[in-house]
Amino acid sequence: MLIHNADRRMQIYGALLLLPAAVLLGTFAYLPTVSTLVNSLFLPGFRGSPPEFVGLENYALLIEDRTFWRVARNNLIYALGTIPTSIALALGMALFVNARLPGRGFVRMAYFTPTILPMIAAANIWMFFYAPQIGLFNKILGALGLSGVNWLGDPSVALGSVIVMTIWKEAGFFMIFYLAALQSIPPELKEASDLEGTDRWSFFWRVTFPLLMPTTLFVLINALINAVRVVDHLFILTKGGPNNATNLLLYYVYENAFSFFDRTYAATITVVILLVLAVVATVKFTILDRRTHYQ
Amino acid sequence: MNTRLAPTLCGLAAAGLLSAGQAVADDPVELTMYYPIAVGGALTDVIDGLVADFQADHPDISVNAIYAGNYDDTRVRAMSAIEAGDAPQLSVLFSIDLFDLIEQDAIVAFDDLLETDEEREWLDSFYPGLMENGQLDGQTYGIPFQRSTIVLYWNKEAFEAAGLDPETPPETWEEMAEMAAAVREASGGDQWGVMVPSTGYPYWMFQAFAFQNGHRLMSEDGTEVFFDDPASIEALEYWVSLTQEHEAMPDGTIEWGTLRQSFIEQATAMMWHTTGNLTAVRNEASFDFGVAMLPMNTQRGSPTGGGNFYIFNDTTEDEQRAAMTFIRWMTDPERAAAWSIETGYMGVSPAAYETEVLRDYVETFPPAAVARDQLEHGTAELSTYQGGRVRRALDNAIQAALTGQMSPEEALNQAQAEAEAALRRYARSR
Amino acid sequence: MRQSSLTSSARRRFALRLPSLETTAAWLLALIWIFPLLYAFWAAFHPAAYMVRFDLFAPVTLENFANAWAQAPFARYYLNTFLLVTGVVMAQFVVCTLAGFAFARFPIPGKDILFMLVLIQLFVFPEVLIVENYRIASSLGLVDTITGIGLPYVASAFGIFLLRQTFKTIPRELEDAARIEGCGWMAILLKVYVPLAKPTYLAYGLVSISHHWNNFLWPLVVTNSVESRPLTVGLGIFSAPETGVNWATVSAATLLSVAPLLVAFLLFQRQFVQSFLRAGIR
Repeated sequence: MLIHNADRRMQIYGALLLLPAAVLLGTFAYLPTVSTLVNSLFLPGFRGSPPEFVGLENYALLIEDRTFWRVARNNLIYALGTIPTSIALALGMALFVNARLPGRGFVRMAYFTPTILPMIAAANIWMFFYAPQIGLFNKILGALGLSGVNWLGDPSVALGSVIVMTIWKEAGFFMIFYLAALQSIPPELKEASDLEGTDRWSFFWRVTFPLLMPTTLFVLINALINAVRVVDHLFILTKGGPNNATNLLLYYVYENAFSFFDRTYAATITVVILLVLAVVATVKFTILDRRTHYQ
Repeated sequence: MNTRLAPTLCGLAAAGLLSAGQAVADDPVELTMYYPIAVGGALTDVIDGLVADFQADHPDISVNAIYAGNYDDTRVRAMSAIEAGDAPQLSVLFSIDLFDLIEQDAIVAFDDLLETDEEREWLDSFYPGLMENGQLDGQTYGIPFQRSTIVLYWNKEAFEAAGLDPETPPETWEEMAEMAAAVREASGGDQWGVMVPSTGYPYWMFQAFAFQNGHRLMSEDGTEVFFDDPASIEALEYWVSLTQEHEAMPDGTIEWGTLRQSFIEQATAMMWHTTGNLTAVRNEASFDFGVAMLPMNTQRGSPTGGGNFYIFNDTTEDEQRAAMTFIRWMTDPERAAAWSIETGYMGVSPAAYETEVLRDYVETFPPAAVARDQLEHGTAELSTYQGGRVRRALDNAIQAALTGQMSPEEALNQAQAEAEAALRRYARSR
Repeated sequence: MRQSSLTSSARRRFALRLPSLETTAAWLLALIWIFPLLYAFWAAFHPAAYMVRFDLFAPVTLENFANAWAQAPFARYYLNTFLLVTGVVMAQFVVCTLAGFAFARFPIPGKDILFMLVLIQLFVFPEVLIVENYRIASSLGLVDTITGIGLPYVASAFGIFLLRQTFKTIPRELEDAARIEGCGWMAILLKVYVPLAKPTYLAYGLVSISHHWNNFLWPLVVTNSVESRPLTVGLGIFSAPETGVNWATVSAATLLSVAPLLVAFLLFQRQFVQSFLRAGIR
């Protein structure tokens, strides 16, 4: 009885400890998730009129909305464009920095510094590179006798320009995870393979790369999330233009909610983002967490 | 490290607070005002200076003027403040936000606030062309403040180098295309002939083309648009031809914000831009330049543009009176003249151009009068219900055509369909 | 045998001395990566005319900084960001410590499911829910306040997770010893667990500081006025291209906004990298 009582008290105490976090998470994560779902079933009320329930009409609109599909496709291209390249670069950087290298400290610092900058600041700087006619890139091309490219104004190039900037911003962040993983690989493995006369290339592919697999998956998940979450640079670089060539899902949500005053359509698009994230989360919790043993 | 910074930061902030809190009289009426900036130069300084002068004249009113970014950002900020129950008493917002603001039930008509004959006279003192965007159903909701038209800036030295008469700007579409191509050719490809910005406010530029072709893009009550009319398609075809046929304008979109810099760096011989940039160009250009009305096809024309004063719903009578006092002070001919000289924006009333300062200024610097003279060929800026979405549909169409993704006709048909869908959704949910 | 091993080691030593292809590539990449920042420095410290003209003897000037400082209330933005970052990190420490402690040591029914629910927040972050979070902040009267910017981030799943992991590794014997001395739960938490988790707090704190110093979208949505705008939002509004602000001034403003964090990073590089690492591996 006494023990039971003590247990009970522990439970209550524990619940109380959880309370602040639970209230905050409820208010700013679960409640808004649910109300997003609910609001996606309404029309926005204008001139103070109450919102009208319309079932799945907003979703029907979404399916017909060419801009939405354009934006979704952009986001996919953006993810495919940023993720593999920044991961490959991150791995390369980590290998460089992990090896004996003159000025290693500087090199590592150079790789990592973009991570410290706000996206807005990074976009400001890259704006000077990308500006047509007077931007640095086109000045350089001009000096080489080449005609300039309208980096952000040409729809076939603009998304690529945004991608390049994102890679620059992210690769250094992912590098440190690879670096840590590399440093935890026992040096004996390398010594053994040296004795066997394995060349470095096949050592990398046969030993290092497989050992880095959990890190790669971890970085991949992070990169996926960032591809959905971070749209700050669009506010400076392109505002989603030209003709939506660089518009991404979350930026489209922002536009609908705050520029077009259409909160319920914004909620509908948010639901799509939530679905994407749910997939990523499932992948993480089922595949990734089974492989890494951290409990 | 953050803790080490703290004292310095607090010191700085305290200094900021002190300077902000100077105008404390006994219980002044407090007004909050959001305002946008869309042109070059340190205009926040100018506004702050004006506000300080006003407070010196009216110690019983204190104005907190908040710079909130471009026109879109400012509307978003003002609306979100209203929604959060923290409404500003007045703001300078896009003249074309009228319908959105009414849609959100956010503003009051000035007619309801007028008390004296003097005030009624004041309301009639502005250029009628600038009042168009601020009126609906016979009521006035917006008072012109930072108002503009689009003008043509040309680089006289570039004209001369191309063998053109440096004092003669193009009068017609055809002439502009020819002159632009001539500059391009003479410079051996170093300099573009003309640039018309196609980010930021592409619909605005397009409206000019359409109106010069005798076409208005929207109905007066803001419920219909006419993007796919043949005259409209022809206008967009002309714009596109400047790049594709005449090779006088660069490919892709042209940045609204960096265009002034491009003109100053002589990357282009001509640009279309708001007259609000005039003073910045004048201060920065190292060459002789001229300003002219836009060229014509069937008629001359430019939409008006820029920001109006609005007074918001959710305010006390005292605050509304104080806001009226402030707006009247800001639009007073002397002030309007000074504001025009500082920026290039129009003096909003004929009386402003009759003040000595502005008369003298126009005499020494004739370009300052071009926007005013063009006003007689002016048309209201594109303004409809669901304005954000409707304008975006048109912006996208323009950009699609300019970047060669679609033909002008396809693009405008699509914009028409999108705009109609947005307007239908609005009509549904009313 | 001996002969060959000698030559191979000699070869290796030789290879080390010559800048190998790898060294060159590593350095080239490093220069490319640091270049944008160097460029921003160049642009900020020289007159606008030298933006795209490289000249070793270009006059150095601080005028751009003076302009930027005069044209926008950066002092206030600094204060706001400082208050925001301190407030958020403090509140996160408290809330996440309590929750992490509960998850690590208390027998709460359905704990695993609850913990899973918390982890979901790693994916459903405040930015994605801007529309609804804005409504909630608005109904709580938090719009345009620094609290409003920070509050949605306080119950950080990430922080809870990290602290739970750390607390779990702390041996129970220490806790028992403290209990014998008569400590209650709070005292045990404060005297045993928190001090031993210091490295975790440092790591999490640094990551959180960088994140909130740099955060943009939610602060943009939820702030309206100078009194609450953090640096990033102030910078974003100041340098939006359509205002046509002079580039050199924008560069200066950009550097002003990143300077404190950047300097901190350069001084405490190792701690930063370690923190990101520790906080990242989960």
